[in-house]
Amino acid sequence: MIAIDIKSKMYPAKGRAGQHLAIANFQLAVDANEFVCLVGPSGCGKTTLLNIIADLDRDYEGSINFYQHQTHSKIGYVFQNPRLLPWRTVRENIELALEENPSSENIDALLEVMQLTQFQHVYPERLSLGMSRRVAIIRAFAINPDVLLMDEPFVSLDAPTARQVRSLLVSLWQQRPHTVLFVTHDLREAITLADRIVFLSSAPMQVIREIKVSIARSDRDNEKTTETFRQQLLHDYPELK
Amino acid sequence: MLINLIKIIPGLSLLALLAVWQGLATYLNSNNLPTPLIVGNVFWQGCISGQIPYHLGVTLLRLVASFSIAMLLGCAIGIVLGRNKKLDSFFDNWLVIFLNIPALVTIILCYVWFGLTEVAAILAVVINKLPNVIVTIREGARALDQDLLEMARCYRFGREKTLLHVVWPQLYPYIMGATRSGLALVWKIILVVELLGRSNGVGFQLYTFFQLFDVASLLAYTIAFVAVIQLLELMVLKPLDTKAQRWRR
Repeated sequence: MIAIDIKSKMYPAKGRAGQHLAIANFQLAVDANEFVCLVGPSGCGKTTLLNIIADLDRDYEGSINFYQHQTHSKIGYVFQNPRLLPWRTVRENIELALEENPSSENIDALLEVMQLTQFQHVYPERLSLGMSRRVAIIRAFAINPDVLLMDEPFVSLDAPTARQVRSLLVSLWQQRPHTVLFVTHDLREAITLADRIVFLSSAPMQVIREIKVSIARSDRDNEKTTETFRQQLLHDYPELK
Repeated sequence: MLINLIKIIPGLSLLALLAVWQGLATYLNSNNLPTPLIVGNVFWQGCISGQIPYHLGVTLLRLVASFSIAMLLGCAIGIVLGRNKKLDSFFDNWLVIFLNIPALVTIILCYVWFGLTEVAAILAVVINKLPNVIVTIREGARALDQDLLEMARCYRFGREKTLLHVVWPQLYPYIMGATRSGLALVWKIILVVELLGRSNGVGFQLYTFFQLFDVASLLAYTIAFVAVIQLLELMVLKPLDTKAQRWRR
């Protein structure tokens, strides 16, 4: 379980002196192995939030607590662009993220699920964006993280590819449950993926509302079901539009 | 057919150069431009007597020593300046000044201050080369991909892994650039250094031949020198380049 409590996060204001408040009084608790989607307008500070959780940004007031492993928690981060090392092959990219002596069976299995076995010795420049994203997802799962952070990992993929990668992600996650924080601005995507959706406001970022997604995972491929859920949601809470 | 032609063109062009030389030398019939054959003979004699290998060896040793020192120091300083804005803005003017001091001035000053010694000679070359390396590597360090560095931090690469797998491959083209331009610069400066204050090496020999108007020996040494540098390029630098670029499409 993770408890996020950010009192304030300042950001230098664009083009003029001074700072503006990016995040204020932000509290969120995430259960172990829960899949949480964070939905909010672009530029509202979602990436900043993930960077704070990943300890890439320490310039804030507040605390992040990982209750199982207080001292050093392992974090798998799927960035918005895949951030693979171009001079290392797919497999080497995954192995590098692991501590010494990577278990090759584990990587084999992950490559298999993500349908990349035959591309494991290829350099990233030869991969399509969808494939690179899949490699980044494998890398994040391979370290067996305490929390998985995903920052709009399917943005700028065409719809069929996004759907494919999304369903691969879900099957991987069902095989190996992890705590996931998934950032997106696409409500449809959030409904297909999340146990719980957290809606965020912008400037400063705050939680507006939290919704449990009550659709069974087996029914989520059915677009009618998810669409009805979405319509109902927007009808009940018009402020989420 | 076409491919074969392209393969032999470099060889043909060399032969053409030799032919032009031979033609000119025969036409002028002067000691100031000996034929390739005479130069070849002088070269051969110099090799057998051990004179050319000795002086060439001395020069190459100076080259390796000064070049290595300049590259190591330059890389270290360049990376620090590229990653630290305050230090960079402090030392930027120094760099511009040192870049623009004529090589001859540093050489003379080194000899005046430290005497006509080996240390002074090497130091003079290093001082000439160093600002060049620093500027190139600093550019590379500035251009390091922040996203990849963040990724390495997030996945706990640690210092060693980050340097080896994230930083080094990005700096590599800049280091190769500094190496290439550096070699070309250093070996020219070394000859002047030897000419002004050493009693061995190719530069010293060239000066002697100049005083004797011995053009054949002058050309023989030049050819030996150029050949060695070419070999270095073909045997060391090119393979290194190909190996490092294999991930590119």
